[in-house]
Amino acid sequence: MKKLLELLNENPDFTVSQLAAMLGESEQAVAAEIDELKEKGIIKGKKILIDWDKLPDAGVRAIIELKVTPKPETGFDDIAKIVMSYDNVEDVYLAASSRYDLIAMVKGNTIQEIAEFVSRRLSTLDGVLGTATNFVLTTYKLGGVSFLDENDEDEQRSMII
Amino acid sequence: MDYSLLLNQKIQNLKPSGIRRFFDIANEMDHVISLSIGEPDFTTPWHVRQEGIESLRRGKTWYSPNRGFAELRSQISNYFARRFDTEYDPDTEILVTVGGSEAIDLCIRAIVDQGDEVLIPQPSFVCYEPMTVMAGGTPVIIRTRSENEFRLTAQELEAAITPRTKLLILPFPNNPTGAVMRREHLEEIAKVIEKHNILVLSDEIYGELTYGKERHVSFASIKGMRDRTIVVNGFSKSYAMTGWRLGYALGPEPVISQMTKLHQYAIMSAPTTAQYAAIEALKHGDSDIERMREEYDTRRRLIVDGFCRMGLQCFEPEGAFYVFPSIKISGLSSEEFCEQLIYSQHVAIVPGTAFGDCGEGFARVSYSYSLNHIKEALERIERFLNEKNK
Repeated sequence: MKKLLELLNENPDFTVSQLAAMLGESEQAVAAEIDELKEKGIIKGKKILIDWDKLPDAGVRAIIELKVTPKPETGFDDIAKIVMSYDNVEDVYLAASSRYDLIAMVKGNTIQEIAEFVSRRLSTLDGVLGTATNFVLTTYKLGGVSFLDENDEDEQRSMII
Repeated sequence: MDYSLLLNQKIQNLKPSGIRRFFDIANEMDHVISLSIGEPDFTTPWHVRQEGIESLRRGKTWYSPNRGFAELRSQISNYFARRFDTEYDPDTEILVTVGGSEAIDLCIRAIVDQGDEVLIPQPSFVCYEPMTVMAGGTPVIIRTRSENEFRLTAQELEAAITPRTKLLILPFPNNPTGAVMRREHLEEIAKVIEKHNILVLSDEIYGELTYGKERHVSFASIKGMRDRTIVVNGFSKSYAMTGWRLGYALGPEPVISQMTKLHQYAIMSAPTTAQYAAIEALKHGDSDIERMREEYDTRRRLIVDGFCRMGLQCFEPEGAFYVFPSIKISGLSSEEFCEQLIYSQHVAIVPGTAFGDCGEGFARVSYSYSLNHIKEALERIERFLNEKNK
C-alpha cells in the first residue's frame, strides 16, 4: 500500500496497468486498493504544481506563524478551522515548536494585502496571542519538485563506450 | 605523414564502439529522452563519498600497494564469501583494478597466447572481442538466442570448443540482454568445462542486480569451478561508483599473480581515494545495494510491461538494468529502427548490433533512469510505432 502511494506521489498519471506491473499485482487489485485509499481519505486528490513566480503578476506568499492558546475541549482545531476557511490560505499546519503553534501559507496580490489580512483577520481571532509574517522570496522546491531552471536534473552522465 | 605505417596494425583494424554514434546524434538535438546510458543514475551513497572525502582531508594521497590496500582486499574477501559463498585469500587471490574493465583486459592478456581461441557469447559487452584480438587471440563468437532467454547452453559451448580453446568468457548477468544464468544452467556449463583444459572469465559486474526470487550465483561457487575461474567484479554497478574506477579480480593464485605483474607495470595501483571509499561501501553498503536494486526492479517491471503492451516482444530480463526487446515487427533493421526513433521522437536507444552481429532485430534499452523519464520515453516509443503502422 505504501509502495502504491509512493508511486502515485511520484507520478499521479501512472495508469492502473502500469502500477499493477510495477507492483506485481493484478489490475483489479490495484484499482480496488486505490478506491479504498480514496474512501479512507488517504488519497485526497491530485494537484498540478505551478511556478507562479514565472508569471508577471505572480503576487506574493507568506508563511504566517501563529501563537495560539488552545481551547480546553478542542485544542487547536477550532482556530485552525477558522484559519483554513479563508480562500487565500493554502496550507495550515500544527507545529511542535516553542515559538508558535500554527503555520499558515497565505497568498495575496501584494505585501500590503497580506499584511492587512494578517492584522485584521488572523491577529484578531480569539485565542491568537501573536503572529509573525515571513514573506517568501523564491521557491526552490515544492512537492518534491525542483523549481530551479538550471537543472540539476540534466543528464550528467556521459556515453563512454 | 602516414601514421598508418607506424601504428599497430591490429589496433587500426579495431572497429570503434557502435554505441557512440547514437549518442552523437542525440547530443545535437533538443529535448532528447535517452534510454541509452549503461551506468547507474544513482549517486554514490553519501557515507561512501564521505569516506573518500575524509581520506583526502587526512592527506592520504599516495599510491596504494600494487594489489590494493590489504584492508580492502580483506573486505572484498569477506563480501564475496558473505554474498556469493566463495572464499578467496586476500593476500594471493585478489587483485584490485581500475574498474572491472582493467581486470578483464589483464585476465585475457595473462591467459591468451598467439592464436589461442577465446569463446565469447554474444550479444555481450563490447570489450571482450577487441581485447582478445589485441592479446593475439582469436575471438570465437557463440551466439546466444532469444528462445533460450539469451543464456549460453552446454550444447552451444561444447560445439564451439576446439583444441585451441583456452578461455571462455561468461558475461552474466548480461549487458545488453539482461539474461542471467541460474545455478542449474551454470552446472550444465561446468560439466562441459570439466572435460576440457580451459579457463573461465566470469564477468559478474552486475552480480548484485538480479531480480525475481533467485539471487545471482557466482560461477566460482559451482563445484569444481573455483580453480578454473577468474571472477571479475567491481563497485561501479552495485554501489553506483562508476566514476571512482574501481574493480577487482578473484581467482587462483597462479593466474592472479601473472595479472598482478601486468597491473604493476601498466597501472601500478588503483586509485587510492576510491579504495578508501570502497572499504566503507563493503562494510556498510549492503542496504544501499538493496535500496537501489528494488528501485531498478520497479523500473524494470514498468518498462517490460510497456514494451509488451506495444507488441515489442521482450523476454523478461532478470539481471543488470537493460531490456532487450525485439524490434522485428517494425520491419526495420536495428540501426534503422534506432535512427528513425531518435529523429522522429527524440528517444535514444542502442541498436542490438552494437553488441555483436547477432543483436540484429533487437535494441538495448537501459532502465537506469527515473520512473517519470521511463514513462515519457515509453509514450514516445508507442507514438513512433503507431505512426509507423499508419
